[in-house]
Amino acid sequence: MSVDTLPQKVESQAIVKEYVQRVRGGDLGALPAIFGLVVLVGVFSVLRPIFFSPGNFANLLTQGAVYVVIAMGLIFVLLLGEIDLSAGFASGVCAVVMSVTLVNVGVPWYVAILAAMATGVVIGLILGSLVAKLGIPSFVVTLAAFIAFQGVVLLILGQGNIISVRDQTIFAISNKNLPPWLGWGLAAAAVAGYAAVQLVQARNRSKRGLAIAPPLVIGGRVAAVALVIGLAVYVLNLDRGRAIPLMGVPIVVPVILFFLLLWTFVLRRTAFGRHIYAVGGNAEAARRAGIPVDRIKIACFVICSFMASVGGVLAVSRAASVDPNTGGSNVLLFSVGAAVIGGTSLFGGKGRALDAILGGAVVAVVENGMGLMGYGSGQKFVVTGSVLLLAASVDALSRKRAAATGHR
Amino acid sequence: MTTPVLELRGIDKSFGPVQVLHDVAFSAYPGEVTALVGDNGAGKSTLVKCIGGIYSIDSGEYYFEGNSVTVSSPREAAALGVEIVYQDLALCDNLDIVQNMFLGRERKSGLVLDEATMEEMAAKTLAGLSVRTVKSLRQHVSSLSGGQRQTVAIAKAVLWNSKVVILDEPTAALGVAQTAQVLELVRQLADKGLAVVLISHNLNDVFAVSDRIAALYLGRMAAQVKASEVTHSQVVELITSGRSGTLGLTNGSGS
Ligand SMILES: Nc1ncnc2c1ncn2[C@@H]1O[C@H](COP(=O)(O)OP(=O)(O)OP(=O)(O)O)[C@@H](O)[C@H]1O
Ligand SMILES: [Mg+2]
Repeated sequence: MSVDTLPQKVESQAIVKEYVQRVRGGDLGALPAIFGLVVLVGVFSVLRPIFFSPGNFANLLTQGAVYVVIAMGLIFVLLLGEIDLSAGFASGVCAVVMSVTLVNVGVPWYVAILAAMATGVVIGLILGSLVAKLGIPSFVVTLAAFIAFQGVVLLILGQGNIISVRDQTIFAISNKNLPPWLGWGLAAAAVAGYAAVQLVQARNRSKRGLAIAPPLVIGGRVAAVALVIGLAVYVLNLDRGRAIPLMGVPIVVPVILFFLLLWTFVLRRTAFGRHIYAVGGNAEAARRAGIPVDRIKIACFVICSFMASVGGVLAVSRAASVDPNTGGSNVLLFSVGAAVIGGTSLFGGKGRALDAILGGAVVAVVENGMGLMGYGSGQKFVVTGSVLLLAASVDALSRKRAAATGHR
Repeated sequence: MTTPVLELRGIDKSFGPVQVLHDVAFSAYPGEVTALVGDNGAGKSTLVKCIGGIYSIDSGEYYFEGNSVTVSSPREAAALGVEIVYQDLALCDNLDIVQNMFLGRERKSGLVLDEATMEEMAAKTLAGLSVRTVKSLRQHVSSLSGGQRQTVAIAKAVLWNSKVVILDEPTAALGVAQTAQVLELVRQLADKGLAVVLISHNLNDVFAVSDRIAALYLGRMAAQVKASEVTHSQVVELITSGRSGTLGLTNGSGS
């Protein structure tokens, strides 16, 4: 295709060729995560058949939810080429705020959740301002916050204290399921919505004589999305109960999908999202283009800490309690791991909201599968650490390759 | 004589204790290419960044179309119609051609980016500049050659009905053919009625396309003259010693 002729259609072959070229050039996208998932699921299913059961699938989703949600926020900070080491304990602080307002103060559940989210936003504002306005490296700011937040959780809870959260609504988020009909309804709506967006986009472009993907490719995309969603809903709607019937899509799933849609929209369709990529790719170029770089940075830290607060809510929901370890130990590492394994670059400028889900799935599969095989925390940590290192190497190598071939 | 669209008088600029620009005067005329020459470190890029609002000037006057203005941010310069193609190319490698061309000034319909309109306008602009070498407008600029990147940067600058386009060493990293292409583009811009400022170390290029030549020497404007009225060796003298015969600085004071 050349600029002055602008053909109506790009051939399917050309699209495939371009994709192969991009992959060769180092832009692996989602391939490593998907490849890893397939291999891991295969291995665990063979070694422990129970791994491949509907019950465990639902389990995986609720297990991975906290990492996925926090990772989705981290992606914004990673896109800038920054890091937030405090996201784990920020989720802990927000979880404690929610639990204290809910249990000790006695506010309704939605007020408690709002309080947690507001805490997240304030944390993000502080971290972001320190990084963007004072110019302290994010590594240092968030390392300090990591330590301090751990202290804040201890101070509010007191050593070894646990607050049980018995609110039914909050408990339901991670532990209850949608009725099967609603699962199917949402799935249908999601697929229809996706197809509509694809079609409207293609129509818009072809009306103006711009290049569009061939119908076969568009149809293929929609079919793939429909297949994945349909299969997932079907499996989750099978009865997985032992004594009493248990079925349906866990409520956290639509919660995660809501954030996936929201952040994908923000990153891909809005000027704000475009500016985030620009700041991550070349901050000076962004500044010269008149983009308020500082404000973009602060906003990304706010989104990150906000998503950490959502992660905190999910963690409390799952455990039905909060303790000094909520958001601690492996939460941050698994979340960063999820983002990077999913394909978000640690060097900034490259990443999607979807990466959090792909990478989060890998992390959850490793944790869950190794648990089923009877391995302890020691082995799990070592393996997860190795997977993260592997993902980071893929990131670094593909970047090198991209620099060599001029792709990215 | 035509009136300059952009005129600077008595510009001073210091970085901490180091004064980089001393009492600099500079003008750019519509329909003309004004070459800005000077040795490494003479202050060319600094002057350009002052014009573009990247640096604020310490003192001096900035006239645009005869009106006194203050320019304190890139946005304000752009609002006037001043576009700069920077020496260190201000492109984002991780964005595609269209995204780079509209960076910071994206077209929107409602809340959503209007990709189709942007792609259309970008295609038109590139076609208007007779650019035919890029394969797809949706390829990342990191996959472009130096000349193509420069072309994108220049196209970005003319997309906005700009009145003054300043190019800081646009051909420094280019081969012979690509240099010729970019110079051709520079001349085209001027012929369309824009005021073009070209910074270059290559005097052959300078004489090939410019109507006027301004020579900076150690942060002072040695002379701003018509290209037809000076010789190659006179310009060399202006660049290296700040004076040439009756032209140039007298004992380190302003021109
Ligand atoms: N941000 C800055 N802080 C301090 N000094 C600076 C800064 N930018 C430029 N200078 C100094 O100002 C002087 C002029 O630099 P400038 O980049 O304007 O030169 P130039 O004429 O563009 O040179 P070149 O031909 O090498 O591009 C140099 O001595 C440089 O060291
Ligand atoms: Mg320079």
